[in-house]
Amino acid sequence: MMEIGLAHYLTVAAILFSIGIFGIFMNRKNVIVILMSVELILLSVNINFVAFSSYLNDMGGQIFTMFILTVAAGEAAIGLAILVIYYRNRGSIAVEDIHLMKG
Amino acid sequence: MTETLLPDLAPAYGEIFMAIGAMALLMLGVFRGNKSTELVSLLTAAVMIITLIITVTWNSTAVYTFENMFVVDRFTSFMKILVLVASALAVFMSMQYFKDEKEERFEYPILVLLATLGMMVMISANDLMSLYMGLELQSLSLYVLASIRRDSELATEAGLKYFVLGALSSGILLFGSSLIYGFVGSTNFTVIGETLSQASHGPDIGVIIGMVLVLAGLAFKISAVPFHMWTPDVYQGAPTPVTAFFAVAPKVAALALLVRVLYVPFGEMSESWTQVIVFMSLASMVLGSVAAVVQTNIKRLMAYSSIGHIGFALVGLAAGSQEGLRGLVIYMAIYLVMNVGTFACILAMRRKDGMVEDISDLAGLAQTRPAMATALGIFMLSLAGIPPLAGFWGKWYVFKAVIATAVADPMATNYGLITLAVIGVIASVVGAYYYLNIIKVMFFNEPEAEFVLQKSRKLKAIMGVSAALMVLFLLPQINAPVLEYARMAAAALIS
Repeated sequence: MMEIGLAHYLTVAAILFSIGIFGIFMNRKNVIVILMSVELILLSVNINFVAFSSYLNDMGGQIFTMFILTVAAGEAAIGLAILVIYYRNRGSIAVEDIHLMKG
Repeated sequence: MTETLLPDLAPAYGEIFMAIGAMALLMLGVFRGNKSTELVSLLTAAVMIITLIITVTWNSTAVYTFENMFVVDRFTSFMKILVLVASALAVFMSMQYFKDEKEERFEYPILVLLATLGMMVMISANDLMSLYMGLELQSLSLYVLASIRRDSELATEAGLKYFVLGALSSGILLFGSSLIYGFVGSTNFTVIGETLSQASHGPDIGVIIGMVLVLAGLAFKISAVPFHMWTPDVYQGAPTPVTAFFAVAPKVAALALLVRVLYVPFGEMSESWTQVIVFMSLASMVLGSVAAVVQTNIKRLMAYSSIGHIGFALVGLAAGSQEGLRGLVIYMAIYLVMNVGTFACILAMRRKDGMVEDISDLAGLAQTRPAMATALGIFMLSLAGIPPLAGFWGKWYVFKAVIATAVADPMATNYGLITLAVIGVIASVVGAYYYLNIIKVMFFNEPEAEFVLQKSRKLKAIMGVSAALMVLFLLPQINAPVLEYARMAAAALIS
């Protein structure tokens, strides 16, 4: 049977990271999907850190993961809060409607 | 045997004081409600000024604490002084605006204080963890600040755009951090630097990718091209005092962080990152000059202007010498004063029916408000880099440094340092067009409806003092301390 090693974890993390990036840029529908993509990126980073931490026998990576999890929670809260006030003003959270300013 | 449980807190007294101050002010605000906004604002500024005094009195060679995660040296002191001055002025400038708009919220100064605390941690970071925590404390506060006017469509859109792109950039930076951690085995800057300098066969490809990703994440924060796309929208949409804050303090902090990341852990890999910095610097200078020409909104124009100025500051970094770093530090100090002054003028652009933001609204300002027109004229000339104003000397020192590097080491011309300097000067001339256009509108166009007389003495004082500093910068009494302190700051990183 195949041993699951560092490379496998890194591959999964890289795939998740890419899905997250594509989710932000390809998505034309809903801002919530963007928030989900951001979470996906942060989680892929966590997988990376934990895999490296276990591989290197070093606790630093796992401590870093704890910090990232905490910040991700705060980031999601602020993102949703901004989304709520945006929806109140515009009545829509479709990505193609976010164009009051040319950008 | 006694074992000390507490790390050495003394180097971080300023940050600890700010954190406690922010929490205490939050309590005050919660109990007293929005009518305490003015008091909270003044106290916030007081906390920043006391922190400034703590920072100034701490003047020594590098001291590390918290398991080497936190560093204080002359470079961090100088950058912290800039950030604290910029933030305190931003709080002062905002008070009249929110009063006039009847939008007083006590959260505003506290969020500015927390963002400033994040910047202080960023500047002192000596570990990828403290880098990330400082950066996020700053960014999360700034996302909220951008959309602090909850009823404004533009502000909430600006907040949303800033949040999405900021979160993306943090993610990219983190992915880079994880690769660096994995391939080097540590998150500490000093350890990474030592490990990389001992490597016999040059850095791993994983480390290079990680470094480039971290660089990309930080480039977002300083809004260097090609990661600048959020800047014009956020500057335009956010309330003007928030834009005034965004334009200076976060840029200084992120640039200080970028410098430390490049010199401490990745000092050995300078040939890898110099190309990236040269490209970003070049692209920022050109885009900042060319794209601003067609702008009609003055806040949007200032966004492109700030992109261009970051490009000029990066020229000092591309030089890769102590002189170049000194140039960058001086550039940021001058940039601070110019931008604070300009935004004080923009905040004074108010008619009876509210704020106006178009460049055409400035028409004939020289006849209706001659003092303000003179001050804004001085800032525009300084931003354009016309001698003998301060803005010229900022550019002078960075370009001098980059030419010196190129001449001293002909191999370095491989990076195109001479080309960089030449294109930079051309971009500066092109950029002068839109700054001079504002002067033309103010002095030669027919006046429109008058602006209301500015009631805030603080705003007038900030305008006057910054304009005076711009003009008087060539006096040795004014520039000598800045030059000397900047030299010591640069020497702390490059000996």
